[in-house]
Amino acid sequence: MSSKPVLKTDVKNPLWLLAELTYDCPLHCPYCSNPVQMSERKDECDTETWKKVLSEAREMGAVQLGFSGGEPLLRKDLEALVAHASELGFYTNLITSGIGLTEKRIKGLKEAGLDHIQLSFQAANADENDLIGNKRHSFEQKLAVAKLVKQYDYPMVLNFCLTRQNIDKIADVLALSCELGGDFVELATVQYYGWAYLNRDHLLPTKEQLVAAEATVNRFRDTQGDDEPKFIFVTPDYYETRPKACMNGWATTFLTVTPDGSALPCHSAKILPLTFPNVKESSLEKIWHEDFSFNKFRGLDWLPSPCRDCDEKEKDFGGCRCQAFMLTGDMHKTDPVCDKSPDHYLIQAAIAKSKQPRENLFYRDPKTDIPVHLIQE
Amino acid sequence: MATPKLNPLYKFQFEKAQDAFVLLYPEGMITLNGSAGEIIQMVNGQRDVDTIISELVAKFPDVEGIDKDIHEFLDHAHEKKWIKYVE
Ligand code: SF4
Ligand code: SF4
Repeated sequence: MSSKPVLKTDVKNPLWLLAELTYDCPLHCPYCSNPVQMSERKDECDTETWKKVLSEAREMGAVQLGFSGGEPLLRKDLEALVAHASELGFYTNLITSGIGLTEKRIKGLKEAGLDHIQLSFQAANADENDLIGNKRHSFEQKLAVAKLVKQYDYPMVLNFCLTRQNIDKIADVLALSCELGGDFVELATVQYYGWAYLNRDHLLPTKEQLVAAEATVNRFRDTQGDDEPKFIFVTPDYYETRPKACMNGWATTFLTVTPDGSALPCHSAKILPLTFPNVKESSLEKIWHEDFSFNKFRGLDWLPSPCRDCDEKEKDFGGCRCQAFMLTGDMHKTDPVCDKSPDHYLIQAAIAKSKQPRENLFYRDPKTDIPVHLIQE
Repeated sequence: MATPKLNPLYKFQFEKAQDAFVLLYPEGMITLNGSAGEIIQMVNGQRDVDTIISELVAKFPDVEGIDKDIHEFLDHAHEKKWIKYVE
């Protein structure tokens, strides 16, 4: 390559590629992080485009690859893409709801070289699980899938999304995880992006619920045997006073490609008022190093006050751009989670507001009629 | 004699971009330094610890105290569950 005019020389290449193969999903979780306005299936990248993306990302040094969605199993070429990825030397992760994961497919994926399966649950019992995902018999199917995952010798990560509705039953979640033999278990309090942001007032647990749940997990950890699952508890940052180091810093480590081929520094960045490049039109190398949006929040030079003069800026890089945008309307601002931010009151107001939700709870469904002011908020 | 094998949860490979051996696991990666990489490379469920030591001594005759380093690293790797001992 002869000239790269806007190349920043200290830029590290991505290590992680998240391939969102489709937004389609048989479930309708109200906390789904997919965008509220989803692109359509006809715009999805074809097999050849995905293969090109995988090859280019691997060439740049990416080593972890997540196939996600939506429900990636809805793509008939999943096996072909996994085979291509594992030939390239990726560690391949399938992030699935389990719906549609038959024995035939789990076997085919193993033969293709799939390394790991992450299976999500909506709750630890059939009634609540099927209600939250809005699909009957889905719990039953997930249990069967968990057995198959073990039978075919995959490392198994279980993922439980915790919300105000299910967090009080965390002890059941711990018990079920042990019974199913998960290797790692993510107890992930929902983060408020996409549909989860829309439904935040319903989903945000109270501080008391969180404290109690975390204590239950800690007590359980103390009694655990050596071969039992490792529990990872993720708290929502609304109750923190410092933001998360979002994506380990903008465009430093992670690269997401959405179903229609948009390349993003983070899976929720599409909501920002930026124009993101598309892998159908450009190479990943060029996108990562030269694209305006990817360079926009790279490093620390762009930081606003009070981050600019803060001695913690190397730790969190001013927090999450999407959160700043959703809450303040300005993506350049300090993440309002930080209590040094003049906008921190917005987080406190959101917590207060969540105590009395005024809108309905929406299931994730492209056909849902969402009040316009909620999309714009 | 104890014979270590890799925990099947981990995948061991050389990464050109890192110029290092790495251990990959669900959604994560541990980058190993040079000597750690050499040791894990010998772990295959067949060689016992003594064999690993003698082969590495032969490979790196100038490195002093290599057996102590190997024991220390294997202890660490076992504690981290990267390796298991074959019964
Ligand atoms: S969160 Fe629920 S609706 Fe969204 S992709 Fe996952 S399983 Fe489907
Ligand atoms: S002011 Fe900015 S850099 Fe400092 S802690 Fe808050 S978000 Fe981080």
